[in-house]
Amino acid sequence: MDTFLGRYRNLLVLAAILFAQIIGLALQVRRPSDAGETRLIRLWAVSAVTPIESAVIHSQEWVANLWTTYIYLHGVRRENRELRAEIGQMKIEEARLSEDARMARRIQSLLAFKEQYIDSTIAAQVIGTSGSEQSRVLYIDKGSNDGITVDMAVITPSGIVGKIAQVFPDSAQVLPINDQFSGVGAALKDSRLQGILKGAPNGATTLQYIMSDEKVVPGEEVVTSGGDRIFPKGLPVGRVVSSEPGKDLFLNIRVIPSARLDQLEEVLVVTKITEKMPDAKDLGPLRASDILAERLPTVPNKTEVDAAGNAKPAGGAASATTPAATGTGTTAGTAAHPATPGTGTKPNVGGTIPNRPAGTVAAPHPTQAGAAGETNGTVKPKAITPATDRPSGTAAKPLNNAAPAATTQPGESAAQDNGDSPPAKKQVKPAPDSAPNAPSAQPAPPPAGAPPQP
Amino acid sequence: MSTRVMPFRGSLTSREQVSVYEFSWAAIIVIPLVAVLIQIFIPVKVRFMPIIDLPFMVTIFFATARRNPISGCLTGCAIGLMQDLFAGPSHPLGMYGIALTIIGYLASSLGVKIDVDNPGSRFLITFAFFGVHQGVYYGVAHGLLRQGLQWSWSHTAISALANAVLGIFVYKFLDRFKQR
Repeated sequence: MDTFLGRYRNLLVLAAILFAQIIGLALQVRRPSDAGETRLIRLWAVSAVTPIESAVIHSQEWVANLWTTYIYLHGVRRENRELRAEIGQMKIEEARLSEDARMARRIQSLLAFKEQYIDSTIAAQVIGTSGSEQSRVLYIDKGSNDGITVDMAVITPSGIVGKIAQVFPDSAQVLPINDQFSGVGAALKDSRLQGILKGAPNGATTLQYIMSDEKVVPGEEVVTSGGDRIFPKGLPVGRVVSSEPGKDLFLNIRVIPSARLDQLEEVLVVTKITEKMPDAKDLGPLRASDILAERLPTVPNKTEVDAAGNAKPAGGAASATTPAATGTGTTAGTAAHPATPGTGTKPNVGGTIPNRPAGTVAAPHPTQAGAAGETNGTVKPKAITPATDRPSGTAAKPLNNAAPAATTQPGESAAQDNGDSPPAKKQVKPAPDSAPNAPSAQPAPPPAGAPPQP
Repeated sequence: MSTRVMPFRGSLTSREQVSVYEFSWAAIIVIPLVAVLIQIFIPVKVRFMPIIDLPFMVTIFFATARRNPISGCLTGCAIGLMQDLFAGPSHPLGMYGIALTIIGYLASSLGVKIDVDNPGSRFLITFAFFGVHQGVYYGVAHGLLRQGLQWSWSHTAISALANAVLGIFVYKFLDRFKQR
């Protein structure tokens, strides 16, 4: 026996060590419920190493900042000029986008959509990696002491990075989206096809579970879908590089991440996401015609006939000279203004306008007047149904200040709109030009989606 | 002076005896720790760093210098487990441990038979053992844990070449810690 042990001592030691580690592996794999918890030995190891890494990283950053901020300023003036020019261009672009955003928020508020907002974030520095090709996790210098918890989203301004996988007191482990064990709910921005973005062992990211009969064009942007309940909806994920038929009736869509996952230095950890209704109160007066202009098909421009029977082009001018005209009787709660010409309304399409700004009773829609003129050549004053959730006693006037508007009497209740029952008609009277609290009194440009004027 | 000599049992070198080196406890503890630290810290700044495996090189260095299979096993096991600690949550403790335990054993066993002090043999050993290391890791991940790793011959060859070239310089630097 001694001879056997002595002769094969090395091999036996090797076998014993390997056996112990395999048993250890098996014990870890058999307990998947522990995956979310941090093993104590890992906690100790990371806690011991994190201060060293943080010190090295921050001292290096300090030296680099000292050099780039105070010493090496070559080309700064030229870069400053270029950036100013770029800011000018972006301001123009921003003006257009903000108008689109306001319109979208108005529509969302009408449709009672809830949106997810990033409420608070924590900036963190990337201080380490797993050090291997098989695992692509990152370490950041913020941990549970800073309010970080597992499954928080980690993003950069250019795109999402990943989620928090493990948390230590002063550091946290981030599972990036290109790790093979990562999964993110994602959607194609244009076609709105939804899938799951998964990482691969070689670090590539693919969008999976999109049927192969769908058409996906390389270059299309990929955004978060919000389905994973980790990332808010609409954050940039990446861009489609290639799309080809894969296995099992699904497309094999390769995506290049927007964030440079191999060059990350600072990231943002989303610590709080709130879900709330879009606030449309600060968007200025809400005009039902804007909404209708977006939601309804456009009526072709026709020649209108005014009250006197004279033909003239359709537009705001038609109603501007028209005394209080009709609201759509079956479209309770909708309002109109003459600044949105060429849009048609149809019965039973409106709805209540929640959160409408201070009591505006809208002026009639020009096309309604035009339609009336086409049929019988006259426009008769009729009752206008006010929107709901509106303080009483305030009135609006037509946007061009030319036509008398209708006012509701104080204390009148707004009609509830269900689209089926005819609303209660209210007597309206012409409003003075200086109607108080009438935010819609100023002319407004047509909405971005309105059809062009002839 | 803790260098001792042991009878040469192989036939791949003309030397009659090979030297067995020893190291201070500080070197035994600090060198692997620094290697692991660099391994997890440098990729933040250097993109290609993940294909370099410093803990693997340190394992080979200690194993071939001491030429003792048992200490080679233990050294590889310790360094591998240390490397496992910093891998992701989907990376169970022991994957690198098993791979480097085998590497430590094989390197120390080979060190008994051939001269591993010249750069040529170090290059070949590192190149060959990197393939073994990757193969063992792939086998553990794929065979035992059913992880969907993909094997790439070209990638493994390039990584092995890079590690072998860098290893020559790393071993040259680490030779300073040998106690003669």
